[in-house]
Order: sequence, then C-alpha cells, then structure tokens
Amino acid sequence: MKLELRGITKRFGALTANDAISLTVEPGEIHALLGENGAGKSTLMNVLYGLYQADEGSILLDGVEQHFAGPGDAMRAGIGMVHQHFMLIPVFTVAENVMLGHEQTKAIGRLDLAAARARVREISDRFGFDVDPDARVEDLPVGVQQRVEIIKALSRDAKVLVFDEPTAVLTPQETDELIAIMRQLKAAGTSIVFITHKLREVRAVADRVTVIRLGKVVGEADPQSTNAELASLMVGRSVELTVQKEPAKPGDEALVVRNVSVLDPNGQKVVNNVSFEVRRGEILAIAGVQGNGQTEITEALLGLQPHVSGEILLDGKSLIGLPVRKVLDAGVGFVPEDRTEDGLVAEFTIAENLMLNRSTGEPFVKGGTLQLGYLNEFAEQKRKEFDIRTQSVQSHVGRLSGGNQQKVVLARELSRDLRLFVAAQPTRGLDVGSIEFVHTRIVQSRDAGIPVIVVSTELDEVVALADRIAVMYRGSIVGIVPGDTPRDVLGLMMAGEKPTEVAA
Amino acid sequence: MTAVAATRAPEPALEREAVRSWKVPIALAIFTLVALVLFVALGRDGTSTFRLSTEADAFRLPDLALPTRAGCIVLTVLMAAITAYSVVRSRAARKTPLWLIALFGVLFVVAFLTWASAGAAVPVPGLLVGTLGLSVPLIFGALGGVIGERVGVVNVAIEGQLLAGAFASAVVASVTRQPLIGLIGAMVAGMLVSFVLAAFAIKYLVDQVIVGVVLNVLVTGITSFFFSKVLTPNASVLNSPPKFSRIEIPVLSDIPIIGPALFRQTIIVYVMYVAVALVWFFLFKTRWGLRLRSVGEHPQAADTVGINVARTRFWNVSLAGAIAGFGGAYLTLGAVGSFNKEMTAGAGFIALAAVIFGRWDPLRATLAALLFGFAQNLQNVLSIIGSPVPSEFMLMLPYVVTIVAVAGLVGQSRAPAASGKPYIKS
Ligand SMILES: Nc1ncnc2c1ncn2[C@@H]1O[C@H](COP(=O)(O)OP(=O)(O)OP(=O)(O)O)[C@@H](O)[C@H]1O
Ligand SMILES: [Mg+2]
Repeated sequence: MKLELRGITKRFGALTANDAISLTVEPGEIHALLGENGAGKSTLMNVLYGLYQADEGSILLDGVEQHFAGPGDAMRAGIGMVHQHFMLIPVFTVAENVMLGHEQTKAIGRLDLAAARARVREISDRFGFDVDPDARVEDLPVGVQQRVEIIKALSRDAKVLVFDEPTAVLTPQETDELIAIMRQLKAAGTSIVFITHKLREVRAVADRVTVIRLGKVVGEADPQSTNAELASLMVGRSVELTVQKEPAKPGDEALVVRNVSVLDPNGQKVVNNVSFEVRRGEILAIAGVQGNGQTEITEALLGLQPHVSGEILLDGKSLIGLPVRKVLDAGVGFVPEDRTEDGLVAEFTIAENLMLNRSTGEPFVKGGTLQLGYLNEFAEQKRKEFDIRTQSVQSHVGRLSGGNQQKVVLARELSRDLRLFVAAQPTRGLDVGSIEFVHTRIVQSRDAGIPVIVVSTELDEVVALADRIAVMYRGSIVGIVPGDTPRDVLGLMMAGEKPTEVAA
Repeated sequence: MTAVAATRAPEPALEREAVRSWKVPIALAIFTLVALVLFVALGRDGTSTFRLSTEADAFRLPDLALPTRAGCIVLTVLMAAITAYSVVRSRAARKTPLWLIALFGVLFVVAFLTWASAGAAVPVPGLLVGTLGLSVPLIFGALGGVIGERVGVVNVAIEGQLLAGAFASAVVASVTRQPLIGLIGAMVAGMLVSFVLAAFAIKYLVDQVIVGVVLNVLVTGITSFFFSKVLTPNASVLNSPPKFSRIEIPVLSDIPIIGPALFRQTIIVYVMYVAVALVWFFLFKTRWGLRLRSVGEHPQAADTVGINVARTRFWNVSLAGAIAGFGGAYLTLGAVGSFNKEMTAGAGFIALAAVIFGRWDPLRATLAALLFGFAQNLQNVLSIIGSPVPSEFMLMLPYVVTIVAVAGLVGQSRAPAASGKPYIKS
C-alpha cells in the first residue's frame, strides 16, 4: 500500500512538534526516518496511527484520504505499529497480548485462545521466532518482548508497518534478525517506516531516508551516505562520531569488588562470585548481552539489591548493607539503565528532578524548606551546561524526548561531588549528537580523576569509552581485557568463551 | 524465503541458592503463643458442646461434646506442630503450603470456640447461616470492587452504592409491593452513584479516592435525611417492603451442617452464587474480560489496539455500581425488612478490604468476604452464649481480622497496574 502524509502539523501547546511534514512511502519500500531526539518522529507516527489528531494536513492510503478517529480506525485501514515504548500488557500472556482488540471468540463470548496460540505460532514459524504463546510477557527478556510487539503488528496483516526505534533494546544479533524480517516483509509488498538512531542499520535496509529536524523535514538522504554525512544532516552540524580521549592515567584503586554474588528473590544466583577493581581516572566497561547480571551488579553497588554477599569497598569503606542514601552520600553517582522507571519522576519538573537525591540538606533545603530561588538558578545553569532542550525548567520531565530526559539524569548525577560514577546504558535511545555529548562528559569525569563504570550492551560504546573491559556472561565475569581488544574477541567472550590470552 | 534462526542452544539452569523467609513461621508462632496463654494457661474447665443440627433438619447429627481443657490442649499441640513444621520448612528455604496455614487458622478458630463455649453450646448451623447472611452485602460489594479496580477505577464508593441500593429497594418495593422491582430499583440506584464516580474520575480526572469518599458521605447524608424526614413519617407506604421468602432447594438443603446455610435462602443469595461464578467467568474467559483487564493494566496499550478506554471504564464502573447496589437490597429485602439510617455500617469498606485480601479475584474476594462475615457473626454468637471475653473486644474482632488479613497475609500481591490512575489522551 502506498502511504502519503501531506503537510502534517501537530502542536502541543506552544510547541510545534510536527511542522507541515510531508512524506511518501511506496509499496514495498523501507523508508527510514532519521532525526535527533525530540525531532518529532514518534509524534508523526502517532498521528499516522490515530493516537494523536493532527492539527493540519492529511493522510492518504493508495491515494484515498483517511480520517482516523483512533488507532482502531488506523488498524482497520491496514496500518500497524511497533511502538517505541512497548505497548504490551505485562501480566498477559503472549497470545492474549496478540489477540487483544481483535479477539476471536467461541460461543457466549468465550475467548478462542487456541486460535490465538495458533496465530502466534504461525507467525513465529514464518519469521523464525522462538516465542512461547503462553509465556507471560513480563517474564520475557526485552528482546523477546520486542518480537511480541512485532508479532502483534503482523497478526493484523498490516500493509503499512511502522517500526519506532525497535532496535534500541536489541542485541546486535537480534537486530540482524529484525533486519532480515524487514526484508522479508518488504518482499511481500509491505511498506515500512523505520525509525532508528543507528546509522549502520539505515545503510543496511533503507531504500530511502528522510531526515527531520525540529519538526520539519530537512531533506532526503542517500541511504549509502557515510555516517558523518547522515549525522550532520540530522543534527545540523558536524558530529564527532568517535570520542576524543587521551590514554587513561589510572591512579589508586578506588572501588574494590570481591567475590560478590547476588541472589534474586527466587534464590536464583544472578551474579556469581564477581571480582574486579576500578582505579581513579579510568573507565571500566562492563560488556555483555542484556540480562547476564550487569543490571544486578550495578544495583548491588548502589544498595538496591536485597541479597548480596561478598565485599564492596569504596575508598576502603564497605558499601554492602548500607541504605541507598548512605551510598549516595559516600559519593556514588548512578545513571540507571531505565531512566523513565528508575531515574526520573515523570510528573516532577525538570528542576525538581535535578535535586531529587539532594533533598536532605543545604544548599537545596534549609531549615526544612526548599530553596526555590537557588533551585531555579541551579536548574537554569544545568540546562545551559547540558543543553537540555525544553521550553522551561518548570516543565514536566515526562514531556521531554528520550535524549533530553537522559541529559537531566546525567546533569543531576554529575553535578554532585563524586567518588565513583556508575552509568548503565547511558546512551540507550539517544541520537548521535546526544551520544557524542554524553560520551564526552563521561570521559571528562574520568579525566577529573573519578573512577567510572560504564555498563553497556552496545559494543560500539564499550570500545569507544573503555580503558578496560569486563565481559559478563550468565552472572560471571568471563574475563577482564584491555580497552583495545578486538571486537570479535569481545563477541566470543559475550557468548561465554574464555579469552585465550588474558591480559593483566 | 530466508528464515532466520533464532533458536539458541538450551542453557543449563543458573545456580540456585536458598532465600529464607521467616514471615510465616513467626506469625504462626505468635498465634500458637496466644493459644498457649489464652486456651491452656488461662484454660477453662467444663464441657464445650457443638450443636451440629437444628430441629428442622431432616438428618439430625448428634451434638459434639468436648472436655474444654483437654480439647484446647490437643488443638494447641496441633498448632505447635504445624508451627514447628513451618520452621523446618523455612530453614530448608521452602515455603509453608497455603493449605497448612488455612488448617492452622481453622484449628485456632475451633480452639477459640471450644475455650469460649465452656459450659455452653455453640449452634454451628446458626453460626454458618449468620455468616452467610452477613457476607452477602460484602460479597456483592467485593464483586463491584473487583470489577472497578480491574478496569482501573478504585471503587471506594461501595459503601455508598450499598446504601443507595438498600434505600432505593426499600422505597421501590414498598410502593410497588413487588420485591423484584425493588431489586431493579437497587441496581439503578447503585449505578447512579457509579455514574457520578465515573464522570468525575474518568471525564474530569478528579482523584478517584476523594470522589469515592465524598460520594459515601453524600449518600449517607441524603438517605439519612430522607429516612428521618420522609420515610419515618410515612413508614407504612414508603418503608415497609415485602421481604423475599426463603426458598428451600430440595435435597441440597438437607445436607448436614452446610445445607441449611447455603440452600435455604432467598433469591438474592442464589443470584449471588450465579453472580460470583459469572463475574469470574466473564473476567477471565471472555473478550469483555480481556479488554476490561487490559484497560486496568495498561490503558495506553489498550488504546493502541483500538479499545476505547474511557467508554470501557465508564460502563464497567456502572456495572460495578449496579452489582453493589443489588447487594444493598439484601439488607432491606432479604434481611431486615425495612430501611434504616446508615444500615450498611461500614460493610462497603470491609468489602473493599475483601477485594484486596482476595487479590482482585472474584472467587478469592468472595472467600475473604465470607471470612469477614464469619468474624462478624462470631461476635454475635459469642455474645449470646456469653463468652469470657469483654464484649468491647468482641466488637473489634471483625476489624482485627480484616487488618491482620489484609496487612499480614496479602503479601506481595499486585493490584491492576493502572488502578486509580486516570488515562489522559493527548
Ligand atoms: N504528549 C505530549 N505533550 C507535549 N509535548 C510532547 C508530547 N509528546 C511529545 N512532545 C514533545 O514533542 C517533541 C517531539 O517528540 P517525539 O517524541 O516525537 O520525538 P522523537 O523524534 O520521537 O524523539 P526520540 O528520538 O527521542 O524518540 C518533543 O519536544 C517532545 O517533548
Ligand atoms: Mg521517538
């Protein structure tokens, strides 16, 4: 089906998120949509999907103008969408999620679960997924949840499919699988809109590329353009795609982790006897496929895990068993892996979020009252320093685009007096410009003599930042190798293979 | 076509290590200790009689007589044994099975009854009949609460819905002389209360708990006002509804002990059995239920598959109100026979507790409501046979059971994720 968007304008109050955007997607075409965080890509797709009503403009399918009052209409017209933030009911099974909204029923309205299971299996088989229709979605790893989203969109036989940043949470292998699926769909005549921040993926599948900046189309690009060309078109300036960093000058040992194990509430050993140390002024990257204990080890550092054994010493003082407040006071800065869930309070303003973990005393609180004047001044200053794109520091954090939310978390953590900085997935979902910024700030903290731990599932990021790399597999550290270890060795280690020549 | 291989070799299970939890053994130990002090150390002499049948029964079972002190000691020893077993389980990092905890509860109650009825007789069938009677409004209220919370609206207004139902059914049935029409009146009244809740909570996004509380006060005020100014002066016309008569189900009602309680009841109670089963069935087995639950868990996700969140919430909250209102009718048409000022006496709040204790499941909420009804009735029965416990303490019993149950035993159950949260569409 041919999709045309003509002059779509969408305003949120004073903000114009989409400004007269026109876009054409031919049948059987993969059309990549590129743009910075907050450029308005998701908004445009939500308009197409009927979730938002456009203020101006029209949507045409095969030349016929459409009026969508809600997603139901859009789906009936043949539009499917894989949302940036999963739209799955966590407590439902895969089959229930897939059937929701177009359930087949038996007599007296009974759900035909067997039919739904069969449908899930059929689509899984067609694309080579391995998804259990009866698994509860919340028990599934994010990569599999992403597949469920895809199955959900496919189960309605969509003719136009929108993938809104599906690869942000996928491993490289999963991404390759998804790319193969997109090619398959394309061959079957489906039109696809593909949103991503990873330029490698654009080059791999896109037939055409449209770039959006600040709500406007700034032009089309050739899918085979170099990273640098695409990046500068997106951001409007040239972007450093590799971090400039001097070799590390490691100082004393600051953090010592010895024989640490973490049990989950079911008694499963999710971190198994892990030991490492981080020196002042160096970046230790913890690499590994999502779900191999990285999350738990960072949470254990911060005091968020209940069952931790072993030793964690920061500057000689033990952190184990301390409440989070004490750990923060000891100078640990933490960027959690899921910023919306653990890093920010969406309903609070940007200014309030910037002081979230400093509410116990001066300078933000005096005599039990908030120092609003000071807070606003501070927030304004951080907004400039970290280039947080917002209309005002008094707007709710939940309204910011992903990249800007991440900057708020970073600004909060990096403006404290740190003795250790732990950043988990610091650039997940960020655009190239923001990634450049975040990486620069992390390297700056290192150069200021702070020991830094970066947890990332993204090999590019690991290689770009790390002075040393610890690879985790199934709760254990496979090995700790120098920062310049070749990628294929790292890849093998991530699959659990011990490195042959372990460097000191 | 190129199929993509996504299967990976099955991996060995991660290493396991025990996480011990001492919550259950500690709770059991405390209760065993209470039993030891109360039933054994402060034990009483005499014989405790449990009367298992009434004169009306077809098959009459003989009375069960126990020597009080010896009976209490045996029961306490059994409780101590369960506690010890639970300690052993916890030390091995295993859970104590639920049925064992339930058995412990039963033993405790029997021990308590034995101790309290020294030298007297406990009418067991009467205890059960009374339990069911007191539970009926709680169960209907809890069903209304379950539906409300499952669709994402906290129904704090159950109390108001019950009261409105009681009031409307009394007036309508008195005027029409038809109790069945009174039932319809009760449902409409409960639904009207729900409309207000739904309109404010869903359309105007006012905090649901606040609207609910205000509605309860409002309904109490309005019905009390009309009761004293209109109903009381015209009691014969407006407040003397015909009551439903009891219908005996042949055979079933002759089952010893439980038969009379369950199957010698008014139509309202039979409707209740059906309602509990239907709500469970529809909630978990049908399209309606799937959509309802999706809206209560993740309204935005429901929206993206074309489900109208506001409409789903509005109509289901209204249905919840109708069900609760129906339960209110039991108070007037099934039990008392006329409307009384504030006659629900907090049943709506206990029903809300049953919703939580029952983990938002209609069947479990029903069991919870029965437990609360039992506690309430125990207090009545014991005050009649003259228990050694001061009556003020007995009056606390239902509420203590509620608090212990909800705070102590619910554990880590999860409410529907979007319960109480308004859904704002951009
Ligand atoms: N519901 C909303 N209300 C107000 N403003 C909004 C809303 N949704 C998005 N915005 C604003 O609209 C702009 C575009 O947001 P959008 O989510 O479309 O960006 P995006 O291009 O998808 O970014 P990202 O790459 O981070 O996903 C942002 O400035 C955002 O803050
Ligand atoms: Mg987006």
